[in-house]
Amino acid sequence: MSTATRSLPRTIGAHAILLTYTAIALFPVVIVIVNSFKSRAAIFGAPLTPPTPKTFDLIGYTTVIGQGDFIHYFQNSLVVTVASLFFVLLFGAMAAFALSEYRFRGNSLMGLYLALGIMIPIRLATVAILQLMVASGLVNTLTALILVYTAQGLPLAVFILSEFMKQVSDDLKNAGRIDGLSEYTIFFRLVLPLVRPSMATVAVFTMIPIWNDLWFPLILAPSEETKTVTLGAQLFLGQFVTNWNAILAALSLAIMPVLILYVIFSRQLIRGITSGAVK
Amino acid sequence: MAAAPKRPFRWHIGVFLAPAVLVYTAIMILPLAGTLQLSLFRNINQSQVFVGLENFRMLFGDPNWSVNFWNALRNNVWFFIIHMLVQNPIGVLLAALLSSPRLRFSAFYRTAIFVPTILSFVIVGFAWKLILSPLWGVAPNLMDLVGLKSLFTPWLGKEQYALTTLSLISVWQFVGIPMMLIYAALLSIPDEVIEAAECDGITGMSQFWKIKLPLILPSIGIISILTFVGNFNAFDLIYTAQGALAGPNYSTDILGTFLYRAFFGFQLQVGDPNMGAAIATMMFLIILGGVCVYLFLVQTRLRRYQF
Repeated sequence: MSTATRSLPRTIGAHAILLTYTAIALFPVVIVIVNSFKSRAAIFGAPLTPPTPKTFDLIGYTTVIGQGDFIHYFQNSLVVTVASLFFVLLFGAMAAFALSEYRFRGNSLMGLYLALGIMIPIRLATVAILQLMVASGLVNTLTALILVYTAQGLPLAVFILSEFMKQVSDDLKNAGRIDGLSEYTIFFRLVLPLVRPSMATVAVFTMIPIWNDLWFPLILAPSEETKTVTLGAQLFLGQFVTNWNAILAALSLAIMPVLILYVIFSRQLIRGITSGAVK
Repeated sequence: MAAAPKRPFRWHIGVFLAPAVLVYTAIMILPLAGTLQLSLFRNINQSQVFVGLENFRMLFGDPNWSVNFWNALRNNVWFFIIHMLVQNPIGVLLAALLSSPRLRFSAFYRTAIFVPTILSFVIVGFAWKLILSPLWGVAPNLMDLVGLKSLFTPWLGKEQYALTTLSLISVWQFVGIPMMLIYAALLSIPDEVIEAAECDGITGMSQFWKIKLPLILPSIGIISILTFVGNFNAFDLIYTAQGALAGPNYSTDILGTFLYRAFFGFQLQVGDPNMGAAIATMMFLIILGGVCVYLFLVQTRLRRYQF
């Protein structure tokens, strides 16, 4: 049939659609960042033009930076996210391996039990969680957040990872067993490296809600010491409702660290996804 | 497999399962059970009294509660329908385009389109509120460029448009998730299958519909159920953009914001943990229903393809 599977019009069409969507995806982010560098008059007078030397103004940033401790909030967010992510991936992969690899009594029941958490928002349990944290003295500590986020991330991690672990070839694992490897070695040395791409996917899905969560920092750790970036940004926005320079600068400050982290991290992520595909 | 007839107790299974099960049970399941239990009680004279299903009778029948409840449920269904009709098809389309071989800049597109998903609701809600605000004029200016300025209205402020606008903002934010999942699924289709299809003369669009789409159906099932669960838990975007009152006039109220108001109180109304728990229980049952439909009707009919 036609050899023109990659014909020119088709390629142009694909690029046109992708470019349009990219513009839609980036436009709000760009417009917020661009305007955060302008004076108040220019923000309203010409919102769509980039800052010129005439309209360039850092007043928003000086207001915001004068008010708070963004670097400290950022550290808190980083600690919470990285620690929760580590525990979710480790515990999640271990449980997923047990469920997908071994037949034992109660296997599917256990799978169902762990999957319950995908459908139930942990938020519904907030009051009882708060009581628990008060009783154990963990209120206003990052540990409380790490515990909650680990519990929150585990169900989806187990669900997705066990789907992928079912696809790891049995022959490989049995070969390992014949060579006398322990079950732990088989898991850590044979299976984990093979499911690394799906771990990257799970990592992204786990990380985003943790980093962006407003609810639990507000309820479990609202103190100045333990504030996360999201909570800090929310408070700024509440304070400066009519100060557009400050709002735009605060939004930009909240966007930029995540954006930089993401650009660094996404190479790894995309390489992980593509190299993981069976090719 | 020739295993020994009597195996010793396999401790490693317990070791693999224990950390996840312990954390999950202590931090999630037990507090959740406590919350569900609360829905059967009511605070009378400073003590919790068992009242059976009385809270639910109030939720469905008492006009103080039921008007808001049915309104929130209706809005939530519409919120979900928009996601299914807009977000997931766009996600599949983008993934299909991205996965075509020899496409230039695909890493750039992938990275860029996923950007909104990594942003916090706080940022998304505020940024869109500013953009759509008639005060700032970004949206009317843009529409002026294509000659549609007359169509502009403050969408977030009008009862008939606000919910749809917020749904589309949420779609804008989360389209990256179906895109990434479908993209990964498309890449995992082996070359041999595609080559065989090409040998049979199936290329381009028909290759997508006849070969690739059936192979990625399990992933589409997964993104559908993830969308369902996510939408019926949604709260943050509405809260940051419209506040706890989900204005204008409750037109953007969904179950999450309704729960929040009932649970923690707002303005003159005092928070009622027991009614909050009753609403939480209803959300739980709705979500459970959706997941059961997925597990028993959808997933059992999809063959798992193993390569």
